[in-house]
Amino acid sequence: MTNEFLPPGLALQKADERIMTLNVGPQHPGSGHMRIIVQIDGDYIVACDPDPGYVHRGEEKMAEYRNYITNIPHLERPVIHDSCNVLYPYVLGVEDLLGIEVPERAKYVRVICSELNRCIYTMYWLAIYGIFLGHSTMFMWPAGDRELLIDLMEKISGARVTHAHFVPGGVRNDLPPNFEEVCLRQVNYFEKRIREYAAVFYDNPILISRTQDTGVLSREDAIRLGVTGSVLRASGVDYDLRKKEPYDVYEELDVHSNVMKEGDSYARSKIPWLDMLESCNIIKQALEKMPKSGSVRVKLKPNPKGKGFNSVYKRVESGRGSLGCHIVSDGKVEPYRLKLSVGSFRNLIALPYLLKGEKLGNMPSVYWSLNYWPVEADR
Amino acid sequence: MMSTNTEQVTIEEKPAEEKPVAKPVAKPVAKPVAKPVAKPVELPAFEKNISDKIVEKFGDKIVVSFVKVNRVGINVDKENVHDVAKFIRDELNYDHVESVSGVDYPQDKEIEVVYHIGSYSDPSLASQLIVLATRAEREENPIPGKDATRLPTLRDIFYSVEFHEREVFEMFGVYFTGHPDNRRLLLPEDWADLPPLRKDFAIKGR
Repeated sequence: MTNEFLPPGLALQKADERIMTLNVGPQHPGSGHMRIIVQIDGDYIVACDPDPGYVHRGEEKMAEYRNYITNIPHLERPVIHDSCNVLYPYVLGVEDLLGIEVPERAKYVRVICSELNRCIYTMYWLAIYGIFLGHSTMFMWPAGDRELLIDLMEKISGARVTHAHFVPGGVRNDLPPNFEEVCLRQVNYFEKRIREYAAVFYDNPILISRTQDTGVLSREDAIRLGVTGSVLRASGVDYDLRKKEPYDVYEELDVHSNVMKEGDSYARSKIPWLDMLESCNIIKQALEKMPKSGSVRVKLKPNPKGKGFNSVYKRVESGRGSLGCHIVSDGKVEPYRLKLSVGSFRNLIALPYLLKGEKLGNMPSVYWSLNYWPVEADR
Repeated sequence: MMSTNTEQVTIEEKPAEEKPVAKPVAKPVAKPVAKPVAKPVELPAFEKNISDKIVEKFGDKIVVSFVKVNRVGINVDKENVHDVAKFIRDELNYDHVESVSGVDYPQDKEIEVVYHIGSYSDPSLASQLIVLATRAEREENPIPGKDATRLPTLRDIFYSVEFHEREVFEMFGVYFTGHPDNRRLLLPEDWADLPPLRKDFAIKGR
């Protein structure tokens, strides 16, 4: 068998005394559910080949066997912490196919849920980033503080993760009574709390010396590689879909997108934190502007179907960047084809590029700063 | 279904060329003309301008499948997809591919590959996507990489398609000629079945 069709890692490597091939993962906690094949020369990485797929579940195939409503619970499995944002483009796409207009209040509830989820995801990501760098405080604090927001989501949807709260036509349930008050109080406290992270983490000279000027992605390369989300914005490209292609009510809210020019691991790790502060700001605006009462869901007929052959591509800004959903409908109750284009998968292309020439010890910080979620990339 | 009309049900070109073939009845000319007349009012101007530029350059080599708000759909055959993509990058300032999805059409004996092309560097195009679709021949008994299911790669034009095309190769068996790294990405190493996202690969028990 020629090397051409052998899977990565099994192909015969040319023997060389200096170059050593290492498999990082898939069981290693420092790689998530994926394997990174690195070739090192002494302490320096000369080549890197990411090998995802250990948590591939065939979400796209499963979606072809279920109708537009029963697709909801399984489609949010790729990122259970960010489940509202994963469902968002799908729900927008189905609404477009069916021609549904969503009530105003539902749009605000969606924005609030989606921003809460972004924070919940980012806090989890930040906790792992902390432990990757051996910073235990930064593991414990975010893991504890995200409970505040998980409690809020539990009040809204009844589930701590995997809320299945978005449905085509609105959201499943209205907000519980007195929610606005509780939400405002929790979010205010949360905001005050994450501002404290700066002192212990982001202004920490040890973190700065470990992450600054490592894995630098220039603006031109970020555009060429087509990366997205925090990775793109850390390289100086101002591109946030909440501003560039506003969906639902983001047009009416004042959204500020955070951009840094450095493009190193430090910038990439700071942008999500700045985004969380921005999310708090958006939630407060949405709570203020939201209609105080009204319907939150348009009831659909059972087994909704699209009209003939049609396709739609909707995208939203998730915790890991642009998340697109391409739905092809053939007029039946199930989608003919459903493709999720996820930020993690698109950011993965930057990993071999950034690790080349980097020290092996910097691998965890560069890898996790890509805001990469293995389960989402595999779908 | 729901009778509320979306503002963008504008598929002009397709009915215009399909209708006369499907209906060789008495007056095949009157209907296809009447339909587009009612709708062009809704065509978004900016997107129409983009599709016009592509039509002007390539003429009948391409088919504009739809013009919606923020989306322009272009169908092109595989001989010309490389040229069209190059034109989109160099002349229209699009710079990256967001998503590459394969769609299997066993009834047409074809597999469609859809590129969603966007732009970061041009702020006026930030919300725009060009949906470039091309089709490869589909074989009943695929031998991925060694049969006629082939397309030219766009990796030399848009670097960002690298992993996306690898995914389409393993999931649909479409070999991208010229791609430097046509290996599997997500599937297990001992996968010996059909490419799993083809329609004839069935989930157990369904």
